[in-house]
Amino acid sequence: MGPNGAGKSTLANVLMGHPAYEVTQGEVLFKGENIVDLAPDERSRMGLFLAFQYPVAIPGVSVANFLRMAINAHRAAENGTGKNISIPEFRDLLRGKMDLLKIPHEFAGRFLNDGFSGGEKKRAEILQLATLEPDIAILDETDSGLDIDAVRIVAKGINALVGEELGILIITHYQRILNYIKADFVHILLAGRILQSGGPELAEHLEEVGYEGILEL
Amino acid sequence: MATPADLKQLDGMGKYKYGFSDPDVTVFKTRKGLNQEVVRQISAMKEEPEWMLEFRLNALDHFFERPIPDWGPDLSRLDLDNIYYYVKPSESESKSWEDVDDTIKATFDKLGIPEAEQKFLAGVGAQYESEMVYHSIQEHLDALGVIFVSIEDGLKNHEDIFREYFGTVIPHTDNKFAALNSAVWSGGSFVYVPSGVKVELPLQAYFRMNTANLGQFERTLIILEEGAEVHYVEGCTAPIYTTDSFHSGVIEIVVKKGARSRYTTIQNWSVNVYNLVTQRAMVHENAQHEWVDANLGSQLTMKYPSCYLVGEGAHGGILSMAFAGKGQHQDTGGKVIHVAPKTTSRITSKSISKDGGRASYRGLLKIYENAAGSRSNVVCDALLLDDESRSDTYPYIEIDENDVSVGHEASVSKIGEEQLFYLKSRGLSEEEAITMVVSGFIEPLVRELPMEYAVEMNRLIQLQMEGSIG
Repeated sequence: MGPNGAGKSTLANVLMGHPAYEVTQGEVLFKGENIVDLAPDERSRMGLFLAFQYPVAIPGVSVANFLRMAINAHRAAENGTGKNISIPEFRDLLRGKMDLLKIPHEFAGRFLNDGFSGGEKKRAEILQLATLEPDIAILDETDSGLDIDAVRIVAKGINALVGEELGILIITHYQRILNYIKADFVHILLAGRILQSGGPELAEHLEEVGYEGILEL
Repeated sequence: MATPADLKQLDGMGKYKYGFSDPDVTVFKTRKGLNQEVVRQISAMKEEPEWMLEFRLNALDHFFERPIPDWGPDLSRLDLDNIYYYVKPSESESKSWEDVDDTIKATFDKLGIPEAEQKFLAGVGAQYESEMVYHSIQEHLDALGVIFVSIEDGLKNHEDIFREYFGTVIPHTDNKFAALNSAVWSGGSFVYVPSGVKVELPLQAYFRMNTANLGQFERTLIILEEGAEVHYVEGCTAPIYTTDSFHSGVIEIVVKKGARSRYTTIQNWSVNVYNLVTQRAMVHENAQHEWVDANLGSQLTMKYPSCYLVGEGAHGGILSMAFAGKGQHQDTGGKVIHVAPKTTSRITSKSISKDGGRASYRGLLKIYENAAGSRSNVVCDALLLDDESRSDTYPYIEIDENDVSVGHEASVSKIGEEQLFYLKSRGLSEEEAITMVVSGFIEPLVRELPMEYAVEMNRLIQLQMEGSIG
């Protein structure tokens, strides 16, 4: 958590390898490996995922086609055989994930993020997360711009996915989403540094006193 | 369809993936260059009636009189004297697959034709060099009274219909290259669909050039009687050569009252070919015609499919896609002429430029006085894949009538860093990510193609994108 300009999205982008950021020093360790010099697609295929704050539209490419390509890219990396997922297997997988997230099946045929509402974009991000099954996912303000019902739906999806197989780092302004998701740790980021760490109670405290209150400590 | 393994094999054949060439099985060529004697020879070889010889000779005169057009791309390197104007590949047109020469079959194999043949059983006309060598016609086409034959057979066996329409949509005086085609035309299709007949399967012709310096001047004439429907599909691949090759076709379509037609081209000539094509549809009352035109190959393409909307309520559609890679210039677009009232048109153009390629949209929308209540919408989108590539738009709009509605939108975009980062963050390599954005960009066109062509189109785009990342 952290106020505007604290560096939350910068952290997310740097972890994923956004080309606009240059890492001048330090390491990013993932599965015991320093991934700072890896391309974003390599990081993805290792099991890292970023749910974007502002997902970009890819006109003309359906959600289903996009996800199938992405799964194939991951599979090629995993088994090295380049064996693609079969169409029936993919259809079953995608439908299962859509049902889990209460996303109507027609969604699969729509062009990725093209003309999506804010809520649809965020749900599409969670659908991608569910389908690609990464080990670590960073959710960059997935709750922002959503109405209360949408937050609840997205949170439900996240709760269904998180666990032994998936660790999640949620980036957020507000404590709101934490009403629905139980965080194990809360870190407060300010001016590029972690100012304070704690359990869920830290978020509640923050809600009461605000960032200024935390700063005065 | 070629399998992925076939395509792997083709990969080894150079930058132009379909650029293979077979031993020359040609039996007759005219000498290089052009004069009256060559034209007489062509006409004599084809045993044409006198009126056709006269038509050719008139056109030849006009061709010599007319200057090379200077309003568009540079044609100064085009050496019109260094071309064979007529090449006859074999003695007679084969009637069945068994009769087709093995070399030619091998070529078709590489292109994946036999499967298309199996899929469509018939309805496949394949042009090899300047003649139809293989032409199988679905039995039910005969039963419906539909004529789908080589242009030569059209003239020979259906002279009355042929003569009534030939050269009426595109007169030999239309432009220099239409004049040239009119003088030396050879090969192409003749299609006649009787009143009220709807042809369900697309009629397909495969084109392939195979002789160095071969000028290919195919000529196609399609006539739809009232209420008829047809979809004609033309796909091209050509081998690569060291000297410039030249292709200049003329396609004439007559769409009568209430008829609907569509003409789809996938043009993938090798990158040494000059491709200068004139294609036009005359669209009558409440009829509609659509051009779906994809240009991936050639060194230079100049092609502006056009619709003349001459009957009230006529509709013309042009969906054009151009891909300009290294050393390529695609000068494409479309023309719509609204002559009659309440006519409508839509032009959608998509161009992609990469590795210094140049794609231009050149369009003319003309609405005559009295074409009241007409509507037109023009959308041109260009996608640039790098800083060296170029895109131009030349939209000419001339409107002489007040009661019309016209929309024009144009956009130029570059593949954004954010788009690429987004796709890469899902595990796609840079090449896969770019290919995906490009595929999405041309989706409005690919969606309109018959399934197997859509598959081939996506594969061609993939091949074009391969190795594009350093």
